[in-house]
Amino acid sequence: MDIQKHEKLWLVAGVAFIVLLIATVVYGTVGAGVSMVDDSGGTIAPDEIPDDDRFGEPRVEHVEGDEYEVYVVSRMFIFQPGTVEVPEGSTVTFYITSADVIHGYQLVGTNVNTMVIPGQIAEITVEFDEPAEYGVVCNEYCGSGHHDMEGMVEVVPEDEWEGA
Amino acid sequence: MAFVDDYPFEAKVVRRLLLFALSALAVGGAFGLIQTLHRTGFLRIMESSTYYTVLTVHGVLLVLVFTTFFILGLFTWAIAKDLDGLPSRRLTWGWVALVHVGTLLAAIPMFAGFVEFTDLSADVLFTFYAPMQAHSLFYIGAALLIVGTWVAGFDWIRTWLRWKNANPGDRVPLRTYMVLITMALWYIATLGVAVEVVFFLIPWSLGLIETVDPLLTRTLFWFFGHPVVYFWLMPAYLVWYTVFPKLADGRLLSDPLARLVFVLFLLSSIPVGIHHQYLDPGIAEGYKVVAMSNTMFVLLPSLITFFTVIASIEYGARRRGGTGVFGWLRNLPWDRPAFTGVAFAGLLFAAGGFSGMVNAGMNINYLVHNTAWVPGHFHLTVGTAVALTFMATTYYLLPQLTGKELRWRKLGVWQTALWFVGMVLFSNALHRQGLEGVPRRTAEPQYQGFDYDVATGSMAELDLQVAFGGVILTLSLLLFYAVVIRSLLGARTQIDSEVMPEPLSGAENAPKVLDDFRVWIGISILLILVAYTIPFVSIAADGLLEPGGPAYPMIAWYG
Ligand code: HEM
Ligand SMILES: [Cu+2]
Ligand SMILES: [Cu+2]
Repeated sequence: MDIQKHEKLWLVAGVAFIVLLIATVVYGTVGAGVSMVDDSGGTIAPDEIPDDDRFGEPRVEHVEGDEYEVYVVSRMFIFQPGTVEVPEGSTVTFYITSADVIHGYQLVGTNVNTMVIPGQIAEITVEFDEPAEYGVVCNEYCGSGHHDMEGMVEVVPEDEWEGA
Repeated sequence: MAFVDDYPFEAKVVRRLLLFALSALAVGGAFGLIQTLHRTGFLRIMESSTYYTVLTVHGVLLVLVFTTFFILGLFTWAIAKDLDGLPSRRLTWGWVALVHVGTLLAAIPMFAGFVEFTDLSADVLFTFYAPMQAHSLFYIGAALLIVGTWVAGFDWIRTWLRWKNANPGDRVPLRTYMVLITMALWYIATLGVAVEVVFFLIPWSLGLIETVDPLLTRTLFWFFGHPVVYFWLMPAYLVWYTVFPKLADGRLLSDPLARLVFVLFLLSSIPVGIHHQYLDPGIAEGYKVVAMSNTMFVLLPSLITFFTVIASIEYGARRRGGTGVFGWLRNLPWDRPAFTGVAFAGLLFAAGGFSGMVNAGMNINYLVHNTAWVPGHFHLTVGTAVALTFMATTYYLLPQLTGKELRWRKLGVWQTALWFVGMVLFSNALHRQGLEGVPRRTAEPQYQGFDYDVATGSMAELDLQVAFGGVILTLSLLLFYAVVIRSLLGARTQIDSEVMPEPLSGAENAPKVLDDFRVWIGISILLILVAYTIPFVSIAADGLLEPGGPAYPMIAWYG
């Protein structure tokens, strides 16, 4: 196969570029310890939700020290709890599942973002260093009221925190 | 002699298919405008719950119907021309009928979604994620459409085998080669969605099984959902490689490299579907990293194409008297709408490639997944690189298929330029909205509890750009139909036959193994097994239908 000199250069540069891209992303995820949503949350069938320890009563729970856990149930067209309140400086692990169809859960404008799939439990851990308010949206179409499906995460200053 | 003179039967088939494709584009485009104005809040002519019926029609008609029918037409033309006609009219009309019937069946519940007093509906968007449920007609129609395309592929393969027997030892003609590789990809890719629809969704929508596993059906969908974008893109590349250089009075630089590019697509575009599921719970991180690495390699064939295609038209421009490092750009045929259409499509595809690299990066993907960034991205790729190329192809093929000249060519040039301008505005603003967290697939992305925090400018400004861009795109579509209809109303004349100029480096320089389809299909399947076996096994390990819940029929006024 005859390939021109310029073309060969371009090919080599192209392959190098791709390898570099992969390297940066692998470093940016695995290396920098950003955790991906994966299968660590486990599974739960939608009809098991009412009797479940965690999701039967969706809530914020204090584990110990700065650590909190939040159990969220998404259903047409609300999040339970709708508003999640945690103190500044906390490390919060969200466990999110769906009681009906597929939803999304994103803290608007951030990379705290996951699909919420019935049967599966999404697990994401977030560090909230500063007091802030984040809007939460369902970003996967879930039916005719999808655009009404929103929530809040409020990170309150230490002195206003009343406990989970 | 035009194609229609040499092959009147095949020309008729292609005209039928293109007519259906372009009708789908017209309806889909009109709905696109309605959505744009509704989302941005400038004009709301319907309830927000109806938005999703509109969005379903827009997505399905444009990416599943317009593309598929246009590709069937384009490939029929390419095969008939390369291989001297199709051998069996009965077989050909058979699959043409099948794809029409399938599409019309699926359209019934989709459009019935607009009617209040029936429970027929299919407001499930083009991804139809379970446990949202459409009426069974939707799934059955979709299955028939796919089977129709399989028969079409069989028809072309048979034609090629007949030709091969008559021409022993000859290299597969380039366009035929491209068609066959694309169809190999299509057969493998559609297996995923066929299993999803036939074994799970159809029995489930008929009440034969109670539940489906939403993660499993979703993974089957994306097994198909990524390679399908190459099923759209490769036919556009066929035009870029075998028509575009000629439009600029140039010649394709290298036939072997073109073949290599298609083989690379076949190998690299299937074992990557999990990159649409970076945010899915239930899939381990390792498989996501595998999908990500494979995804980056899909860039390679496009990078090669970029080089080859530009070099091929540069060759033409220099023959037309062009000089200088960039001066030759002036000597390109900027007065030919087929040329300008492909040129603008290629330019915007480069931009779409950049935003695609961002999507592909697992970590950055978390910021933009399911935001307006995503429609911003794919209106550049399928919505422009493919759709605008197909409009340009319509300009190119119309004389061949009808024996009539293309009229109002200047207007055609303006049409392609308007699409470019409209899309730059529309897509750029959607990308920026996505970065601020504005979700996609949402009738009213304005919320009670919070406001967006826009870094520069304001959300109102971005909305205005999206809407203005959408209006310009619609205008461009109207001009497109004006040019086509005006040309169809013209009288028949003498049209020269279409010949592809010899590539500078011909097929004789391509290693023989490139034409051995079995090798490439074999490697492709091997790569897929590596990427998918474990994820599928682990998702299905707890039972094929588990964990699942009840079905949720999607009816617009539901709830
Ligand atoms: C007049 C031109 C067009 C306009 C104004 C337009 C507008 C839009 C808008 C605003 C959305 C986003 C809706 C949302 O996420 O809420 C959308 C979605 C979409 N568009 Fe277009 N579009 C146009 C042409 C096209 C073309 C030519 C294609 C492909 C060939 C296309 C394919 C799609 C697809 C696949 C979706 C996603 C549907 C979904 O999320 O389910 N569009 N369009
Ligand atoms: Cu939703
Ligand atoms: Cu993809």
